[in-house]
Amino acid sequence: MSGVHPADYPPPFASSEATGPPTDAPDERIDVGILIVGGGPGGLACAVRLGQLLEEHPDVRERLGEVPVALLEKGKQPGSHLLSGAVMNPRAIRKLFAGRMAIEEMPTYGPVHGEAVYLLTKGAALRIPPPPTMMNHGNWIVSVSELGRFLAEQAEASGATILPETAGQKLLVEHGRVVGVRTGDKGRGKDGEPLPNFEPGVDVTAQLTVLAEGTAGHLTTVAIDEFGLEGRNPQIWALGVKEVWRVAKPLRRIVHTMGWPLRKRARYGEFGGSFVYPMGEEHVSIGFVVGLEYADVELSAHDLLQEFKTHRLVRKILNGGERVAWGAKTITEGGLNSLPSRLNGPGFLLVGEGAGLVNVPRLKGIHYAIESGRLAAESAFASLQRGEVAGRRGALDTYDAALRETYVWKDLDEVRNMRQAFDKGFFIGGALASAMTVTKGKLPPKELDTHRNTDATLIRTGRAARYPAPDGTLTFDKLSSVFASGNRTRDDQPSHIRVQTQVPRDLAEMWHWMCPAQVYEVGEAGGDGTVAVQVNPSNCVQCGAISAKGGRLTPPEGGSGPEYTNT
Amino acid sequence: MTTLVFLESHDGELTKGGLGVLGKAASLGDDVAGVVLGSGVRDAAAAAGAFGAATVYVVDDEALAAPLPQPRVDALEAVVRESGADTVLFAASVLAADVAAGLAARLEAGLNWDLADLRRDGDELVGVRPALGDTVLVEVGWTSAPRLALVRAGTFDPVESGGSADVKDVSATFQEFSTQARLVEHLTEKASGPSIEDADVIVAGGRGLGSPEGFSYCEELAEALGGAVAATRAVVDAGWYPYAAQVGQTGKTVSPKLYIALGISGAIQHKVGMQGSGTIVAVNKDPNAPIFDFADLGVVGDLTQIAPKLTELLRARR
Amino acid sequence: MKIAVCVKQVPDATSHKRLDAATHRLDRSGEGVLNATDVNAVEEALRLKDAHGGEVVVVSLGPEKALESLRKALAMGADRALLVSDDAAAGSDLLATSRALAAALEREEADLILFGQQSSDGDGAVLWAAVSDRLRRPMVSQVAELKVEGAELTGKRQTEFGYDVIAAPLPAVVAVSDAINEPRYPSLKGIMGAKSKPQETLSLADVGVEAGVVGEAGSGTTVRSSSPPPAKSGQVKIEDDGSAAEKIVDYLAEKRMI
Repeated sequence: MSGVHPADYPPPFASSEATGPPTDAPDERIDVGILIVGGGPGGLACAVRLGQLLEEHPDVRERLGEVPVALLEKGKQPGSHLLSGAVMNPRAIRKLFAGRMAIEEMPTYGPVHGEAVYLLTKGAALRIPPPPTMMNHGNWIVSVSELGRFLAEQAEASGATILPETAGQKLLVEHGRVVGVRTGDKGRGKDGEPLPNFEPGVDVTAQLTVLAEGTAGHLTTVAIDEFGLEGRNPQIWALGVKEVWRVAKPLRRIVHTMGWPLRKRARYGEFGGSFVYPMGEEHVSIGFVVGLEYADVELSAHDLLQEFKTHRLVRKILNGGERVAWGAKTITEGGLNSLPSRLNGPGFLLVGEGAGLVNVPRLKGIHYAIESGRLAAESAFASLQRGEVAGRRGALDTYDAALRETYVWKDLDEVRNMRQAFDKGFFIGGALASAMTVTKGKLPPKELDTHRNTDATLIRTGRAARYPAPDGTLTFDKLSSVFASGNRTRDDQPSHIRVQTQVPRDLAEMWHWMCPAQVYEVGEAGGDGTVAVQVNPSNCVQCGAISAKGGRLTPPEGGSGPEYTNT
Repeated sequence: MTTLVFLESHDGELTKGGLGVLGKAASLGDDVAGVVLGSGVRDAAAAAGAFGAATVYVVDDEALAAPLPQPRVDALEAVVRESGADTVLFAASVLAADVAAGLAARLEAGLNWDLADLRRDGDELVGVRPALGDTVLVEVGWTSAPRLALVRAGTFDPVESGGSADVKDVSATFQEFSTQARLVEHLTEKASGPSIEDADVIVAGGRGLGSPEGFSYCEELAEALGGAVAATRAVVDAGWYPYAAQVGQTGKTVSPKLYIALGISGAIQHKVGMQGSGTIVAVNKDPNAPIFDFADLGVVGDLTQIAPKLTELLRARR
Repeated sequence: MKIAVCVKQVPDATSHKRLDAATHRLDRSGEGVLNATDVNAVEEALRLKDAHGGEVVVVSLGPEKALESLRKALAMGADRALLVSDDAAAGSDLLATSRALAAALEREEADLILFGQQSSDGDGAVLWAAVSDRLRRPMVSQVAELKVEGAELTGKRQTEFGYDVIAAPLPAVVAVSDAINEPRYPSLKGIMGAKSKPQETLSLADVGVEAGVVGEAGSGTTVRSSSPPPAKSGQVKIEDDGSAAEKIVDYLAEKRMI
């Protein structure tokens, strides 16, 4: 045991750095009605719903000025930074487009036709009945990246102004309330110096700001800190790495697996599993997810995915195929216990995964994002209609109240302790999970503790020796995977990653293995047991793992990062 | 097949590119003639006979003194009519590319460019061109008459077969718009060596160099070969070499005749920036480095020993 | 001063560009972006407008969705976008494309027409030379530096032999290299304002071009087939036994590289 805790090496970042009043002269600022940060399913659903409501009520629309709804997206376009499995519960998107469009007219890969769950060992696959939390009949297979592009088109058609390649860098706070967001600068060199085409960020002021940034959201974290919205328990994350493959034979059902290559004993803290979903006749989506509270220095989600693919069961699916995409993202895992104490504050609302609305045992979050986005729009609209000042305390409490009435809350309550049960290892966790499902969350009666991802003490087990060497056909190295994500981030810009760069070797190595994009490398030894950490920020696909494990991801220059199209 | 080959001249000498295409045309076709356009170029024109031309058409006119494309389109149009050629070939260069495209519009003749090879298929001419960063080969043809083709620079080497050519003078009339652009002055390149985009030889360094000082191996070898120095993203990120020298997905794309990679692993981000190079020589001490998958000559060894020795040997040959 | 910039939408440079199996032409069905050097041309036009006043119009020939890329140029500061979009134009080669583009440009009567020198998708190279011949205007390409004074332009043209400084009277056609400038980032105000700038879509008939003279029918070239390149033959891998340097020299000599 190395005795090293990532929590002892916090990143050089304080939320106060990313908060402050507007600094642009008033005529330099851009004033919009409602500002949404994040072009994922949550933010876009909010924009779509607002558009629908404002069209029906032009008098309210008037009050929002020339640009009633604006949405900032840090990727090249909505969808570029979206990635998921995904099997989506259709109820939220049906509600969003009720009376206007049926799900059959939206870009999906159709309803789920069958499913199988396996418990894997190295050489075998034992089919087990799907746990009650994993019955996906009635759900639809989607690419969240394609869904994002579709929702963006709908949002624009309904009147929203989408601003791609624009990062939300700073929360604008004045007189104790959020008044908008400052966007990131463009055209700075490595040391922060302005280059000839330097374009400074701009203060975008709004009557109301909706933070829909997704996992490890920058401004979301800042808002929770600055407004004292921390929940009862810290947030925890899992890291998922996935690929899209063109396959020779169509896959006819969705597949989930548990077990190998993860280890069952509690001391390893390895909770997770895999998914393989058909995408039409010609493609599959395959991914591996592992909770970030694992203890092993050499655990690598990317390499677990590569190892997983060597299993007989998976080889059969991928045989004769070709990898066409790769990507990674963290997933907020804390569930109900880790939600912020309130999902609204003076002048702002928190929506979707950024707020923590993910059902880990069911692997579902997209429909919660859409539903919460829709409710946020309704709450904001109602507040505007009442003529309230958005910053007035309590003006947006209707949002929290509405959310608590919905299935979103009910679902999360049912499974609130399930994830944490698995801290005790797969077998005990499995038993507890079953108890929870059968009793719909009434057992166990007390709350299980949530331990921060950074609390785990690091151990070494020689795990890396068992990862398969990349063969370029079935298994791949990290660099060529970063290439397959479409990442062409401009090198000559300041690093967007805040992390201590002289740390104990175990910690540096843990980051090296953790990061799916090979951003962190172990540098020279410092002579005092520490080593230098070399950071390659242009590899970063902004998955957020570093934020869970001792560092802090902030948004790089707008347009940087992956260019997902079908993940 | 009656072929005309555009023979570019500079400072009174015919360039290698055109002479190389001339040799290829001679191997393909029945009737091959060269075309030389300029002012005071008759002597240079005669020399083309030794490289495969039975006839050389010359348009010698003051209007063609400056190396500008538009008057050459007028002149070539006249030669095409006079010669009755059904095919006109160009070796790509900055000038030739503009001339070829202008001629295409003038004669309403199809133009295929960036060809890496040409072959006969009965009466038809087939061009072969790499596409998508040299990852695919495409075969192209013509539906027009005449056929125009731009061959990738450096594809064919001149073959001196001896013989002399019949020089025929052709006179041309020049359009007013063709002669409106004029040369004000010519500035030569600074003496500091070619930029990496133009260089015929590049010596690139990566992490395997060990330290920023390791770039001296690259610089000395480049100097011995008359080439330019490039760097991978990893070492530029680490501050070992300037960003302007970075080759790769987020740096520059280069396709020199010779690319020597010292201490470079060959990750795909680098590969896509240089995979179009003519010949790739890699030196790396890791036998499993991906660069060996696509290097023409792979050397597993210590570059700190090999590079200086190589430089010394090359200098001795000069 | 009125400047027209010819721009093109090319497939996004993510890792999977592919040729369409049937036509052997680049599969353009994915996302598109403004060709990189065209952005340099737009930037140069905007700089000239900043210095001399006037109007910058971006012109493109392509499918409907090319409008998105034109919007980027508008966001940078161009005033107007013109897209000539017609199914009949698909599969146009240099001849056909230059015909359609020249017809559209004739309507605009610009003082200066700019092109980007290179296209990342391999098509459209040397389009400017064909267009300027059809328009009967003086042309300068490979321009790394451009100045306009009164009714004359001066361009620094980069060739294999150094730089030629060329002067030409307006109206003229210029193709700029990517060395000419560092394009500006569109400002947020620019991105928001782009939507409301004039964007015109015209068919071939609108610019006076018949369907028969564009597309495959109007082209002078064809694509016969495509295949993966032959695997690299003659690859050699050696381990240094002390004589590697000599072996490299022999190899290079044999290939006549030295």
